Amino acid sequence: MSERQILVGPFNRVEGDLEVRLDVADGAVRAAHVNSPLFRGFEMMLTGRDPRDALTITPRICGICSVSQSAAAALALAGAGGAAMPEQGALAAALLHGAENMADHVTHFALFFMPDFCRPVYADRSWHGRVLARFTAGEGSGARAMVEARSHLLHIAGTLGGKWPHTLAIQPGGMTRAPDARDRMQIRKTLRAFRRVLERELFGAQIEEFAALDGIAALEGWRTGDAGLFLEIAGDLGLSALGRGPGRYLSAGAYPLEGGRVTRAGVWEAGAVRPFDPGEIAEDLSHAWMLGAAAHPAAGVTVPDEDMSDPGYSWCKAPRLGGATVEVGALARQAVDGHPLAQALAAEGGVRARVAARLLEVARLQLWLEDWAAQLDPGARFMADWTVPGEGAGTGLVEAARGTLGHWLRIEGGQIAGYQIVAPTTWNFSPRDTGGVPGPLEAALEGCPVSAGEETPVSVQHVVRSFDPCMVCTVH
Amino acid sequence: MNILWLQSAGCGGCTMSLLCAEDPNLFDTLADAGISFLWHPSFSLETGAEARRLLEAVERGEVPLDVLCVEGSVVTGPKGTGRFHMLAGTGRAMLDWVRALAPLAGQVVAVGSCAAFGGMTAAGGNPAGAIGLQYDGEHAGGALAPDFRARGGLPVVNVAGCPTHPAWVTETLLMLAEDGLGAADLDRYARPRFYADHLVHHGCTKNEFYEYKASARSLSEMGCMMEHLGCVGTQAVGDCNIRPWNGEGSCTRGNYPCIACTAPEFEEPGHTYTETPTIAGIPVGLPSDMPKAWFMALASLSKAATPKRIDVNAHSDRIRVAPGSRRRGS
Repeated sequence: MSERQILVGPFNRVEGDLEVRLDVADGAVRAAHVNSPLFRGFEMMLTGRDPRDALTITPRICGICSVSQSAAAALALAGAGGAAMPEQGALAAALLHGAENMADHVTHFALFFMPDFCRPVYADRSWHGRVLARFTAGEGSGARAMVEARSHLLHIAGTLGGKWPHTLAIQPGGMTRAPDARDRMQIRKTLRAFRRVLERELFGAQIEEFAALDGIAALEGWRTGDAGLFLEIAGDLGLSALGRGPGRYLSAGAYPLEGGRVTRAGVWEAGAVRPFDPGEIAEDLSHAWMLGAAAHPAAGVTVPDEDMSDPGYSWCKAPRLGGATVEVGALARQAVDGHPLAQALAAEGGVRARVAARLLEVARLQLWLEDWAAQLDPGARFMADWTVPGEGAGTGLVEAARGTLGHWLRIEGGQIAGYQIVAPTTWNFSPRDTGGVPGPLEAALEGCPVSAGEETPVSVQHVVRSFDPCMVCTVH
Repeated sequence: MNILWLQSAGCGGCTMSLLCAEDPNLFDTLADAGISFLWHPSFSLETGAEARRLLEAVERGEVPLDVLCVEGSVVTGPKGTGRFHMLAGTGRAMLDWVRALAPLAGQVVAVGSCAAFGGMTAAGGNPAGAIGLQYDGEHAGGALAPDFRARGGLPVVNVAGCPTHPAWVTETLLMLAEDGLGAADLDRYARPRFYADHLVHHGCTKNEFYEYKASARSLSEMGCMMEHLGCVGTQAVGDCNIRPWNGEGSCTRGNYPCIACTAPEFEEPGHTYTETPTIAGIPVGLPSDMPKAWFMALASLSKAATPKRIDVNAHSDRIRVAPGSRRRGS
């Protein structure tokens, strides 16, 4: 039996810095320890400030999920003060947030995930030449096309949010800027152009057709566009069986509109969906460089262990739902929402499932964005009056591109008395808990094949990137 | 010209913003100017051991380094060790890497206000001990000494902003590539003057409201945000309203205040970001190069002369009163 340890880092093409320690035996990963190596302390910075400052500070936790952070902060503040957005304000906020999520998905696919198939280790594969042409880092025609389309798509953020990232446009009472008739047409024009790129480059067919795929057989029959290329690669490399997660998926429900959230909230497990009770969340600190006891985020604190003492090995806390690990992200969101393809993929649960579910969400999200833009009413109110409460508590749960994001806020004497954040990758890349149960990624990496002499196992890279981690959000 | 890009303690938003470069896209913009990345954490194929070997080769001088770009603040905590950010896989603090690599670079560029001054990462009690590359807030001297000069002779070039406009970064890099950025092209905080000699106020679409001090009282009103809502666009450097963001946007066009994100210590204005502090009813922080008495006199005159159209629109979320015809007056 051959045993060795591998330290993978800097782990790039993820957002932020990541280190993964692998115990390898007999050609496979036996155990993985995931370290989020950066601590900044945003929750500590917020304490003692005017609650409104959270709207300026929390987006700056993350430059890729910035609007998600601001949407969560606005919801938490609204909950603390009883504010609510007018119908059209919520619609404009969803458009802004959806544009960011869409941009993140295509960035992940074209820049972060696909380039790994360009590696020389795959030089003998029938698809290698095509993937080189499309996704060679910083050069491929697919990467170029998506980067360009993404910057045009984010004109929606310029119109509704002033700039991206780090907008202050989303407020507890609505949106700072009321879009006019011209803005509405600009947004619709931008979305039509984006659809053209998606259909030409990513899907090679109408997006409605991809959104209507109803199971694994239909998915495996998809041949066109970069989606088809990915599915061909996934079939050849067996990516459906690689990197299976815990099989429990959480979604808080995406895009709160007047009539409710656009996607359902819940926990998917073994084909059944049960309600999501945020009261079941607790953050375990046993293997984090954090002091204190496990707590619900409403009562949680952030006190870094400056000695970085054992058995801690990450700045990331370990959130658990009812004591168990859960996976979050596009796969979770779409499965909980009940999409038939996503439910089949959730049962599969590996690298292919995560990436295919993200593509499915790209298709569905494009349809939603088009619908919301058509519904924009330039004559409506986009902001309701709101005053910051002197006392109160609120929770803001949203769906970032990478999954469920929660803010828990407590206001005392007109100031922030407590602020806790649980980000998507906090869930997915959490360290072990008191019971020694590894986090979702750590579990998904167990069993990954490692060939002799491999320093940075390519299977591990596929699995890690399939989660689309955002490390700056993780610890914040 | 090659670039090594390190992401230190920040949010990654300056890279995400950089990817919004247009006409042409980022990759074409750089490639066409002969600029390539030795390594970039978001774009490069190399991971883990491959990336470590590259960093080590640069440190040993085997790979000449033209430009070192650092995004994000440099954290010094806990207790001065920098261990709040150990560069993954290397067992060394980013603080250590930055100090090792900067003297080897032809030029060093701090991308964003975190890398320049500490930025938002230094807010509150600065729990992680965040500082900039060559500044700690307003004070000279950060991870590198005040007298640090890169091999090419410049101090750290501070492309400040939170985030940076994509063109601030690409144009700085293009100028460096053709040796077209000298000490005289940098302002007192070593920010490139091509964007830092402008004020956010220049080209602000609310200028007519500003002229009459027709002020918004709450976010969503169209009026000028200086008097009540914390806007410091008349003092903040940046060409945000001359060359807008993401198509046609800017903070003030998004109808929220400029918070001077290009300035050191913008993260701690000493008051709520979206509220203008006043002393005896007079806003603190008037345009810095205008005598206060003059400003007050002009403001009260212009307030008294405010046309109805401007007064109504200032307190509305959209244009309610259109400009009238010359004959009828307005």
